Amino acid sequence: MTEILSISHLSVTPKNAPTRYLVKDVSFQLSAGKTTCIVGESGSGKSLTALSVMGLLSAQLQASGSILFQKQELTTLDNKAMQRIRGAKVGMIFQEPMTSLNPVLTVGYQIGESLTAHLGLKGLVLKEKVAALLTQVGIPPERANSYPDELSGGQRQRVMIAMSIACEPLLLIADEPTTALDVTVQAQILKLLDELKTRMNMAMLFITHDFGVVADIADDVIVMFRGEIVETGSRKDVLNNPQHPYTMALLACVPDADGQKELKPIDYAWLNENQLNVEQTA
Amino acid sequence: MSDIILQANNLVKTYTQTTGRFGLGSNQIKALDDVSIALKTGTTLAVVGESGSGKSTLARCLLQLHPFDSGEVLFEGVDLAKLDKNALREKRKHLQMVFQDPFASLNPRMKVGEIVGEGLLIHGMGNKAEQQAQVMTMLKRVGLTEADAQKYPHQFSGGQRQRIGIARALVLKPKVVVCDEPVSALDVSVQAQILLLLKELQAEMALSYVFISHDLRVVRHIADEIVVMHAGKIIEFGKVVDVYNAPQQPYTQQLLSAIPGRKAA
Repeated sequence: MTEILSISHLSVTPKNAPTRYLVKDVSFQLSAGKTTCIVGESGSGKSLTALSVMGLLSAQLQASGSILFQKQELTTLDNKAMQRIRGAKVGMIFQEPMTSLNPVLTVGYQIGESLTAHLGLKGLVLKEKVAALLTQVGIPPERANSYPDELSGGQRQRVMIAMSIACEPLLLIADEPTTALDVTVQAQILKLLDELKTRMNMAMLFITHDFGVVADIADDVIVMFRGEIVETGSRKDVLNNPQHPYTMALLACVPDADGQKELKPIDYAWLNENQLNVEQTA
Repeated sequence: MSDIILQANNLVKTYTQTTGRFGLGSNQIKALDDVSIALKTGTTLAVVGESGSGKSTLARCLLQLHPFDSGEVLFEGVDLAKLDKNALREKRKHLQMVFQDPFASLNPRMKVGEIVGEGLLIHGMGNKAEQQAQVMTMLKRVGLTEADAQKYPHQFSGGQRQRIGIARALVLKPKVVVCDEPVSALDVSVQAQILLLLKELQAEMALSYVFISHDLRVVRHIADEIVVMHAGKIIEFGKVVDVYNAPQQPYTQQLLSAIPGRKAA
């Protein structure tokens, strides 16, 4: 198993309030060919963790700790060096495909941009590569001349995926890529991402709030709560045999398709006490 | 229990869409194509479908918020379209709506107490003191405090705003509540709270719900009956248990098999 990314003791704080942790002491590793899901509620720090890896934190925030990508420390890289990695060796897909695409450029041009920037492809070679990428994500290659508004939500997300894998990255970061999509389209996109991950042997960091999606796509699961990792483990262990009370509580809120389960909202007061107990006994 | 409180018969609604680069062409889209539903008193009827299936159009047509081309909506046996303005307003008291986006559906310049009490004011229900008391009771019932009445919507989280939206709908003691994706903008933990609250209130106030949703897991928990919409048509209808266990239409089967996490971990 090749280790692609190793994060240790990552913390994110606002620059003007260095004691307020948005992400606190987060450590994990990603390996080639594996999908790791980060699950959590809004504000749990899952997106900030991903943005730290890409070096895309907002100027008001600062990160500390270490992010090793292929043994290279990313936190100390300057912007120029980071740009060579971003989009080339690390691909990223965002939640809302319409706002991530430029509406006045054809999708073919936008997919080609990173190929030109990172690999120097031009002319016919570029055109052929773009067509091949579109085919790979299930879009007819002639749609290269279409503008984003001429595509459906699912097709736009496929275009985003084509862009993110254009330079054959070692690591793909997907931040809630299917949240805005209809359920049948979501199923198709999840299948596509899973196939691409296996075929290209990428490490995938998949951020979601949906345990159903986790069950479909994850190899490993990281559960975050208020900026901290509360539980990590294989998909099977975390879903079927959760250890941390927060994971249990979060799982108990998810309605199931069979209607067998009683819904139980999270009792935060109880959790605060209980969480403390667990840490003391552990 | 099984008498029908709200019924729609053969609703048709067509939108005209301009097409082409300069909007010169036009296209007729049937958002509702001969849609009929019946809501039984005290039960929840879920309307499910993907974006563009016509489910939100149906919600708005049921409440006469949208004109429709043909068909009728009967509330307690009365055709709402045939009522004059005052009579319709009288009926509207009993037909309330909870919206999807708790950020967009509350007036940011009004205090929560005013938002919740506005319906009572419009319908002239009780004097000022009574209205005030009802607003406070309702706020407490949905899990807010009396002090919250003096605050503005932006001071609340998404889940709390949805509670305000529910209080606004229920303070009028309606008989039917149309919920248009009431939990899809919320975190799963908050979603569970709101779903349970809706269920409790239904039992207490003998409410009937039309529950519009694209999330089949949520529907399984809250609904008694379900209609599946696709391209403006109802393609399947039945008890939730029956439809989930033995979907008849290929499209319904496809929807159900696309529920994430179904394959089991």
